[in-house]
Amino acid sequence: MRDLSVSRSTPASTLAMAALGAALLVMFAAPWWAGRAELRLFGEIFLYMSLATLWNFLAGYAGLVSVGQQAYVGLGGYMFFAATMFWGLNPLLALPVAALIGAAISAPVAALIFRLRGAYFAIGTWVVAEVFLLTFAQVTSLGGGSGTSLPVGVVKGLSESRDGREALIYWLALGIAVLVVGAVFAFLRSRRGVALTAIRDNELAAKSLGIDIWWTKFTVYVVTAGLTTLVGGLIFLQKLRISPDAAFSVNDWTAVVIFIVVIGGIGTLEGPILGTLVYFALRETLADYGTIYLIALGVVAIAVMLFAPKGLWGLIRGHRGTELFPLSRRVRGLTEKGQ
Amino acid sequence: MDWINAIIQGALLGGLYALFAAGLSLIFGVMRLVNIAHGDLIVLSAYVALTTSVGLGLNPLLALVIVVPVMAAFGYALQRLILNRTMGDDLLPPLLVTFGLSVIIQNALLMGYSADPQKLQAGPIETASVSLGPITLGVMPVLVFAVAVAVIAGLQWMFYRTALGRAFRATSDRQDIAQLMGLNRAHVFGLAMALSLAVTALAGVFLGIRTSFDPAAGASRLIFGFEAVIIGGLGNLWGTLGGGVILGIAQTLGAKINPGYQILAGHLVFLLILAIRPRGLFPRMDG
Repeated sequence: MRDLSVSRSTPASTLAMAALGAALLVMFAAPWWAGRAELRLFGEIFLYMSLATLWNFLAGYAGLVSVGQQAYVGLGGYMFFAATMFWGLNPLLALPVAALIGAAISAPVAALIFRLRGAYFAIGTWVVAEVFLLTFAQVTSLGGGSGTSLPVGVVKGLSESRDGREALIYWLALGIAVLVVGAVFAFLRSRRGVALTAIRDNELAAKSLGIDIWWTKFTVYVVTAGLTTLVGGLIFLQKLRISPDAAFSVNDWTAVVIFIVVIGGIGTLEGPILGTLVYFALRETLADYGTIYLIALGVVAIAVMLFAPKGLWGLIRGHRGTELFPLSRRVRGLTEKGQ
Repeated sequence: MDWINAIIQGALLGGLYALFAAGLSLIFGVMRLVNIAHGDLIVLSAYVALTTSVGLGLNPLLALVIVVPVMAAFGYALQRLILNRTMGDDLLPPLLVTFGLSVIIQNALLMGYSADPQKLQAGPIETASVSLGPITLGVMPVLVFAVAVAVIAGLQWMFYRTALGRAFRATSDRQDIAQLMGLNRAHVFGLAMALSLAVTALAGVFLGIRTSFDPAAGASRLIFGFEAVIIGGLGNLWGTLGGGVILGIAQTLGAKINPGYQILAGHLVFLLILAIRPRGLFPRMDG
């Protein structure tokens, strides 16, 4: 009789987590070793990594395929601007306030659009984003259709020096990426996460085991919306300027994010992270070609969806199901033969 | 009187929205596919009409003779070569592939035609009108509405009275049994998409004659069509026409209150109907 045990970690995942920790330390020190342009690029990478992880959480795990997440990116930007400009909040406080407002608004939205199924749900989310866009375009105190800039006083409230501000915004982006990936990881390891995985694999079977499907999906939607709003706030703190078309852009905040997740590998934690790195590598080399690069991205995403639906990470992990994040449980103490 | 006029103009506008929606409704009915690129295909049709009408010196309405078969052939090829590979129980692949297609079409149009707004010039018919007592109706809007009614009646007849319609309904009910009965599923799906894009071509040309369009105009067309489908109820073609009319009226009334509210009013009516009648006003099937 051999001893059997169940564990989530594998040698590969332990190694990967150690490497991740080391990488985080190096990235934390980036303001001391990277130039201004690189720092800005790194910040953007972390923001897209967060958006991709969140969209993957929604679509890849909860099966809620949204093409309207720009609603919450834009809402985050506008709430952040309103909180700093009208309510006089410190930018560091305005970010979590915006996130809370985003989560609060997403609850009734979810109650409404959860009435639509599957692909119609996707277009419903887009309608909501359009409603947000048209509404903010009517708010004249936030610049109406042409938008507004963040006042100098607010920006100075972060830090007096330009270097200090840029470092702080960078750390916020890094912090949000860690928070988002960490939150999704923790959620997936929790009881609710197991319920979510069960729903993803077989909704009917999950229901018969007593899982409240509506409530689980609702929680995921609201958590995702709140965190997306947080990312949105930071995106527009970095940009210093907001307008309805930029804030609620379906190309910038949803199309690119979906392509990142599909190319990286949907339904895994590693996929969106890998996808973000691939996307930025492509973008930095192809950006000079303008619209061609969006076309190329679309073609690559379609090809991946048709020929390798599990994405790049799916190709890398192969049949053995290698995981860098210790998520799924494995039985230890079995040999290949005579299980 | 102004308000009655706004309601009538809105109802006529609804005919155009029903044309946006009919293609969407058709392919959803036959193969449960929601085509996110639908709006961009409408705009693509308008550009194809622009090129043919300018290139050959044709009136855009005559250019339909070319645009409709071109788009139908494109639809058949698209379905057979790409979309059929994504059909299955998982709804993610078709959704993401059509979403990718939407971005590709939009950016390809941007490269080919630039972001400048374009318009189809149909000549004097654009401004012609008839007076019915105190109400003046544009000839074009009335024509578009009549075409919408004819298209929906035609689709309805095709679905319930022809062999092709029987094949569509059979495939819609049970794909595998239909296949056993000798129907080639891939071909039936191709025909459904061809028919959908033929209607889309009509919608695109009428759109281009009515307003100016640019490569980014597709998204809101998809949304209007989708709203008409949901308001009317899934799987009910006449309901889709009703949904388009309701949406059109909501928009013109919104615009009457404040020009900035036109589109918003349509979306709000859609969300309201979703809140009180989640399956639409005249549902025939479940999503």
